[in-house]
Amino acid sequence: MADASGVVAVQSNRRSASRYGLRFVALGYLLVLLAAPVAMVFYRAFQHGTGPIWRSLTSSEARSAIEVTLIVAISAVVLNTIFGVGAALLLVRRRFPGRHLLDVLVDIPQAVSPIVVGLALILVYGKFGFFGSWIERNGLKIIFSLPGMVLATAFVSLPLVVRSVAPVLAEIGDEQEQAARTLGANRWQTFRRITFPSIRDALAYGVVLSLARSLGEYGAVTVVSGHVVGKTMTLTLFIDERLQNFDQTAAYSAAVLLAIIAMGSLLISRRLRTRSRSNS
Amino acid sequence: MSPLPSSALAVDASVPTAARPPGVRPPAWWRARSGGSAGGTSLGLGLVTLYLSFLVLIPLGAVIWKSQSNGWSEGWHQVTSPQAWAALKLTLTISVGVALFNLVMGTVIAWVLVRDDFPGKSVVELLIDLPFALPTIVAGVVLLSLYGPRSPAHINIAYTRTAITVALLFVTLPFVVRTVQPVLIELDRDMEAAAASLGASPFLIARRIILPNLVPAMLTGTGLAFARAIGEFGSISLLSGNLPFRTEVSAVNIYNQIQSDNPVGAAAQSTVLLFIAFVVLFALDRLKRWGGRRG
Repeated sequence: MADASGVVAVQSNRRSASRYGLRFVALGYLLVLLAAPVAMVFYRAFQHGTGPIWRSLTSSEARSAIEVTLIVAISAVVLNTIFGVGAALLLVRRRFPGRHLLDVLVDIPQAVSPIVVGLALILVYGKFGFFGSWIERNGLKIIFSLPGMVLATAFVSLPLVVRSVAPVLAEIGDEQEQAARTLGANRWQTFRRITFPSIRDALAYGVVLSLARSLGEYGAVTVVSGHVVGKTMTLTLFIDERLQNFDQTAAYSAAVLLAIIAMGSLLISRRLRTRSRSNS
Repeated sequence: MSPLPSSALAVDASVPTAARPPGVRPPAWWRARSGGSAGGTSLGLGLVTLYLSFLVLIPLGAVIWKSQSNGWSEGWHQVTSPQAWAALKLTLTISVGVALFNLVMGTVIAWVLVRDDFPGKSVVELLIDLPFALPTIVAGVVLLSLYGPRSPAHINIAYTRTAITVALLFVTLPFVVRTVQPVLIELDRDMEAAAASLGASPFLIARRIILPNLVPAMLTGTGLAFARAIGEFGSISLLSGNLPFRTEVSAVNIYNQIQSDNPVGAAAQSTVLLFIAFVVLFALDRLKRWGGRRG
């Protein structure tokens, strides 16, 4: 009897030792890799108070970068929201040849390097690209201007809305939609009254994710933007440009601004996800 | 689109039967084109296909097409030119290492988050996702501020291969954690209790009961982390210094080739990256089905 309890005590001791060991390794790793560097950038930005941050974020260059970032990100999110809801409805509610293919294609953008995205868009919409001469003849400019940046941003954030909405659509089923249709509601009424309310939280979750991704896109945008200060310079490009000019204060300020946006979107999206799960 | 009878019927299956007056069935060509459900499907499908084509498919096709525009041998020659080849080798080597390290660390972190309890756990839980939300260039700035030339800890890794590794570890951190965690939560603990009551040591339980259940999720997370790592640009470009043959990764090499007006070389290197990423995605899709079959 005494022997057995001794063995149990040794085992549980060993178990708690390994538990503390794992905890120490995991938290230590997260501290060194993640928490400490993030805290450091906040410290660096705020070490001389909020004055320098405010000044560097309200310079005309920074203000235009913020404006360009918002225009590009919001345009891309609007495009992807419309596409995302449409594609999710098709994938979940319809049966058509090539459905599995569409399902696979939607996920492709997340496997493509942002630099390759930029190159791909240049090769099609650039001056010497597939549609280059047509675009030029019609007096349009896509690469090295805002439309190209919107395309690049839309490319990288393409799957997010689809992948947030589709599972919820699948889960709620289509009985209610069918009932509405038999009661004489048309397609739009059915969507607005039945489908939309049940996917609202999931859609908001997807939109928040897309917006966060779009506001912070760097690689794909840097290839197609042309870095024209005041015109095609987004916040991420602004950070890079300021660092090259040894203006650490401005770079850290913009980085902290984007980090705060990222953290905010993280909190909001987490709340939306739990809400959309508990509703469905 | 010219719907074959079979596909028209397949599309029609989604039309609620109650919406159709019994006995009156319009011919197949009419059903496919009418403003009914099938018509909506073709219109929506057309728009979705158009958007995907002009945004994703034609551009990616152009990359592959461009890489062989001077012949496949020239494309391959560009990929194997000393500088591009060095960049590719460096990228793949570090990415494999980072993915494997994530395999271990990600599983450990997921384990601690699910099975352990400590004050501040919910904060850690939130922190894990930060690398996904943080713009890559901000990730670069963040690492630079602590491990750069002005490091308060006097650890300067800037312009070394270590910097590339650390940047990749940072941006790929959540993949394994977030794929393993849900599986670990769902895992039936009765099995472990049964094994323990039969005298199995904790190590044996971990090896024989827990690990086999986690393997598909662990491999999925590792594969995703690897696919992400080979294409990473923003966080690396700030930290690595991009020295040819030393710290230049593929994405940066492609960027430099675009800047120095060598689209064929850039496209060739891009095609290799695309190919590797697609192979990984395909393998993961297979793995998902395999894992799904096993239950």
